[in-house]
Amino acid sequence: MDELVNKRINEVLKGNHEAFEEIVTMFQHRLYQVCYRMLGNRQEAEDIAQEAFVRAYVNIHTYDQKRKFSTWLFRIATNLCIDRIRKKKPDYYLDAEVPGTEGLNMYSQIAATGDLPEDEVEKMETQERIQYEIGRLPDKYRSVIILRYMEELPLQEISDILELPLGTVKTRVHRGREALRKQMGNM
Amino acid sequence: MNTCRESMIHYMHAYLDGDISREEERKLKEHLTECPSCKEMMDELQSAVSFLQLAEPVKAPEGFVSGVMDRLPKEKPKAGIHRLLRRHPLIAAAAMFVVLMSATLFSSYSNQHFSVTKQPNLVIEGETVVVPAGETVKGDIVVKNGNIRIEGEVDGNVTVINGSKYMASTAVVTGKSEEIDKAFDWLWYNIKTTVKGFFPSSSNEKGENLQNENE
Repeated sequence: MDELVNKRINEVLKGNHEAFEEIVTMFQHRLYQVCYRMLGNRQEAEDIAQEAFVRAYVNIHTYDQKRKFSTWLFRIATNLCIDRIRKKKPDYYLDAEVPGTEGLNMYSQIAATGDLPEDEVEKMETQERIQYEIGRLPDKYRSVIILRYMEELPLQEISDILELPLGTVKTRVHRGREALRKQMGNM
Repeated sequence: MNTCRESMIHYMHAYLDGDISREEERKLKEHLTECPSCKEMMDELQSAVSFLQLAEPVKAPEGFVSGVMDRLPKEKPKAGIHRLLRRHPLIAAAAMFVVLMSATLFSSYSNQHFSVTKQPNLVIEGETVVVPAGETVKGDIVVKNGNIRIEGEVDGNVTVINGSKYMASTAVVTGKSEEIDKAFDWLWYNIKTTVKGFFPSSSNEKGENLQNENE
């Protein structure tokens, strides 16, 4: 697999456009899946995953063929996802009072829209519920948990993708698991 | 809460990461049999993780690949040149030479002094050179940053750089006559004369060109 990928990359470097199409075909589902899990929205996932491939194409000469291509590709995609998530976040403070209300702050607003009431959650189907629980994780735990449990990548590879020390990745996996356990309770 | 909790939680995660020694694993299992709250926590962690693993693989939508291909930037000619230069350093060197050469020539183009090739029987009126009627100038005339008015005959080439040329009805120029008033023409003219300088046989016999600087 890696050998075939490197062969195609060399063709892309020589200016062969079609060789890149093969690379996209090989990795499309894995990359789309990571983006979908991170963003929780199909349109956005498609947009970001496609953008990740475009960036990979434009910067293909910076890819070091001694390393794993999927690691490099996943790094581009997770960075784009994290940027996208940050941009979506409102830039007001959660505990600021909502103008024109008394004692009503942003936490109460979010509680009203973001987290669903328990009986709603219980009615969800498994797949929907999985995505819902991932989406509730803070983003720094979300990326490691997705790579660890949905992509089933070894911790070392996660550390390479996210460019974090192995120790940090371990801590985040622990905290992420802990957060999941707390938000799900005993199901 | 028992005091063992902190280290046991650590063991639980180490266990879930497959990152635990036999000795630690034995301690953990032993502890779990006698501590219901730790047992509960361990079960919750395990079920949270296995719940995530129920996730079905998600596939990219139809048309994803062609969507990517449509979004790729078209090969920029710049990138092509880049590659060419990297592969052929000689072309890079030549390109560099042309750039430096033109820089030199452009800087002399911006030299705004009026000057003219000195030839006998030329009359200079301010910044206008006059070839008087009835006279014949033998040789080439180059006028820089000034005008020329030809009433007589010139037996050679006439070149006007950054100026204009007036030909009276009586004027005769046996050689070529050129007006250069754009930087690129000037550059081309310089390259031509430089090349001619390298191959003296191809150029016309020229008289000594004396420059007459007129401030």
